[in-house]
Amino acid sequence: MLYFIEQFLNGIQLGMLLFLLAAGLTLIFGIMDLVNLAHGSLYMLGAYFAATFAAWTNSFVLGAVLAVVATLVAGMVLEVIAIRRLYGRNHLDHVLGTFGLLLFFNELVRLVWGPAGMTLSLPSEMLTAVQIPPGLYYPAYRLVIIVVTLAVALLLYVLVMRTRLGMLIRAGASNREMVGALGVNIKLLYTLVFGLGAALAGFAGLMQAPILTVQIGMGENILIPAFVVVVIGGIGSIRGAFVAALLVGVIDTIGRAFLPDLLHRYLSENAAATLAPALSSMSIYVLMAVVLVARPEGLFPAAGR
Amino acid sequence: MAEALLEIDALTKRFGGVMASDAISLALSRGELHALIGPNGAGKTTLIGQLTGEIAPDSGRIRFEARDVTALPVYRRSQIGLARSFQIASLFVEFTALDNVALAVQAHAGHSFRFWRAARCEPELRAPARDALLRVGLAARADVPVTALSHGERRQLEIAMALATRPRLLLLDEPMAGMGPEESARLVETLRQLKGGLTILLVEHDMDAVFALADRISVLVYGRIIASGDPAAIRADAAVREAYLGEQDGVRREGRHEAPHG
Amino acid sequence: MSEWRKDWRHGPWSPRIVVNAGLVTVLALVPVYAAFAGDPFAMTLFSRILIMAIAALSLNLIMGFGGMVSFGHAACLGIGGYAVGILAKEGIGSGFVQWPVAVVASAIYALVVGALCLRTRGVYFIMITLAFAQMVYYVASGLDRYGGDDGLTIYHRSQFGPFDLNNATLFYYLCFALLLASIYLVWRIVNSRFGLVIQGARSNEPRMRAVGFPTFRYRLVCFVIAGALCGLAGALLANHTNFISPAMMHWTRSGDLIVMAVLGGMHAMFGPLIGAMAFLLLEQGLSHVTDYPDLILGPLLLIVAIYVNGGIDGLLGGPRRG
Repeated sequence: MLYFIEQFLNGIQLGMLLFLLAAGLTLIFGIMDLVNLAHGSLYMLGAYFAATFAAWTNSFVLGAVLAVVATLVAGMVLEVIAIRRLYGRNHLDHVLGTFGLLLFFNELVRLVWGPAGMTLSLPSEMLTAVQIPPGLYYPAYRLVIIVVTLAVALLLYVLVMRTRLGMLIRAGASNREMVGALGVNIKLLYTLVFGLGAALAGFAGLMQAPILTVQIGMGENILIPAFVVVVIGGIGSIRGAFVAALLVGVIDTIGRAFLPDLLHRYLSENAAATLAPALSSMSIYVLMAVVLVARPEGLFPAAGR
Repeated sequence: MAEALLEIDALTKRFGGVMASDAISLALSRGELHALIGPNGAGKTTLIGQLTGEIAPDSGRIRFEARDVTALPVYRRSQIGLARSFQIASLFVEFTALDNVALAVQAHAGHSFRFWRAARCEPELRAPARDALLRVGLAARADVPVTALSHGERRQLEIAMALATRPRLLLLDEPMAGMGPEESARLVETLRQLKGGLTILLVEHDMDAVFALADRISVLVYGRIIASGDPAAIRADAAVREAYLGEQDGVRREGRHEAPHG
Repeated sequence: MSEWRKDWRHGPWSPRIVVNAGLVTVLALVPVYAAFAGDPFAMTLFSRILIMAIAALSLNLIMGFGGMVSFGHAACLGIGGYAVGILAKEGIGSGFVQWPVAVVASAIYALVVGALCLRTRGVYFIMITLAFAQMVYYVASGLDRYGGDDGLTIYHRSQFGPFDLNNATLFYYLCFALLLASIYLVWRIVNSRFGLVIQGARSNEPRMRAVGFPTFRYRLVCFVIAGALCGLAGALLANHTNFISPAMMHWTRSGDLIVMAVLGGMHAMFGPLIGAMAFLLLEQGLSHVTDYPDLILGPLLLIVAIYVNGGIDGLLGGPRRG
């Protein structure tokens, strides 16, 4: 039972990280109708920035703050230089163009930081384990991830539901032409939204960095699950992304933790050991396929699309 | 009256709180040109959509040649002889006019799992397609890409495509919308020639055209048929005058676009 | 522009025909060059180009002509390759068995995926095809008997009686012939009744249904044909590299195929070949010049996406042949 709770918490934590990525993706998808394969690159950049700044400043927190600002700026610059020229084109041009960006960023990181990868070490107070229910010691940093990302999600919620900018974002996600007709500075709104998405991705990257190593290609591996979240949730829906992210995070983690034992009950040890990793890696894609076959527009289809 | 080709029986469709079709019953006899008129938002396009199968009715029946087609999918209805022209021209813009019509012919020339012969060189597709273009007066524009056709020509092409499927019933959804007077006149002439050989349900705002062409007219207001009869009877009907013809000029001047669930 | 059009309609020597004929000639002469210049690597590189061109061509059939943007086409490549690799490992070396199995297995995969995916549209279709490809990727990673993540070396190329695929020249010309045959096949399909239905469904699917076509089954069959053809490319690729691994199905490989098709110019018969050649030669050429080839290749793709409509073929002007 304790093991289950621990794995469940791990699932929540993965889900929250996926949400940070998916929230930006779904907004960019919903508002600018852009398929952005380079979103994972911003996640990677966030991690590299954080590792670098933390080393300079000797402070994890300061490094993290600087990294978020840096990815925000990087995202807005990227939008102004390249991304905005892809709006209104078909999805294939998006795939081609942002695929090019993905290649570019991987190579750029290799040029600047070298091929070896980096580590981002935590301050000592986050290295301890906390006892949550009696008997379960859970790494403090993982709890920090859950709490901080939840706070960010809440902030995002307030931003989207309670502010004027948020109102425009919501309007844009469900009806793009409408916002243009209202006389809003669309160009600026798009740049801001892209920058916001980039900052969220960078933040996800730096939060994940101490757990995994910071390396080239880290963005590609997380990008596809993030897309899965967006699609399951329904393109353009932040609420959908939140629900789907938790679903995907928990199912993926629980699957990896318990599928081997479960299979072992019915199959030989050998077969179970072979099958379990493949099956648990597949679980989220099966989930997505099932959701799309049943609801071709995702769980929470944005109104008006 | 001749035997009914199409029978609509208590057809009902609700969109939220709006009754788009309120127990509509209507019968079209073979060979007649039946006009459906009514103000914008009366539910004309919704009715056409239910006849072609794009919209599923909440209740009621549609019988075509004494066969219940209420649950038949769109492409099957087309195969048994129900053809429609779209209110907003809906064409294959990458293709030429002739290609468009030839596709319509092909749809009714057996299955298309034929992978080898060049379809653009098959006389059994091209000849009937040229015929259909001739009937609507577009023969000279056969090899012009759709993108280069004028608005009126596209409407004519729409009708040519519907004709090419050799329909028994032709549903025309505002074929004259947005046309200039000259183009309209030409289209009225085309329809006059088609009349008799084909059963036609015509939805149209152009009253001159309707009264010139129709054998019978039905008036749809708020999803309900308030009157049905020959042109003279409709002209004289008090309810129609009050509900609709009185504001005829207003209706004719305003925009022709009608939302499907308006 | 209209001059080009006339040119293309009436004269045999339009730029497109000259370029395509030149391309075929150059490809036919690669082994000759390799023999004279003593450059066996050219053979390896160009064999790969031919094989990827077949894969990109199959993708282009569904994507360029059918409007079905599959982001999981590399799965078909992988299934074809794994069919060859698994059979070889199990002691069945005959190409007469291996290749049909590769083609049929890919076709069956395409049938299942198509049947489930073709009800979705747009981005959802892109993503669900990707999801299925990811599943295949993870299945392959889990096949411990066949190398799991690390992949599997194939010790003997497919055996075709007296024909020895280890002969680089023979293998090259086999790929060349299969590519030309595939281009011809796709050209016939695209211009047939079936092909017009597929293109009509890309252009305006609701209208196709209204005019009386059950579009779903045509699109599904098209998806299966493309899967089968890509399975053939996968069988060739496994023989070419003597190696299979899940990496050949990674989602970025599916991305590569899309890039090749778009780069060369969809709707054009030789587009996928041009795209595959441009992409792989650029990759190769740039890595000679710099240690960081993607620093140039990446922005180049972006520029093509932004400024070049209709890919490289589009630069040749004139109408594109359907």
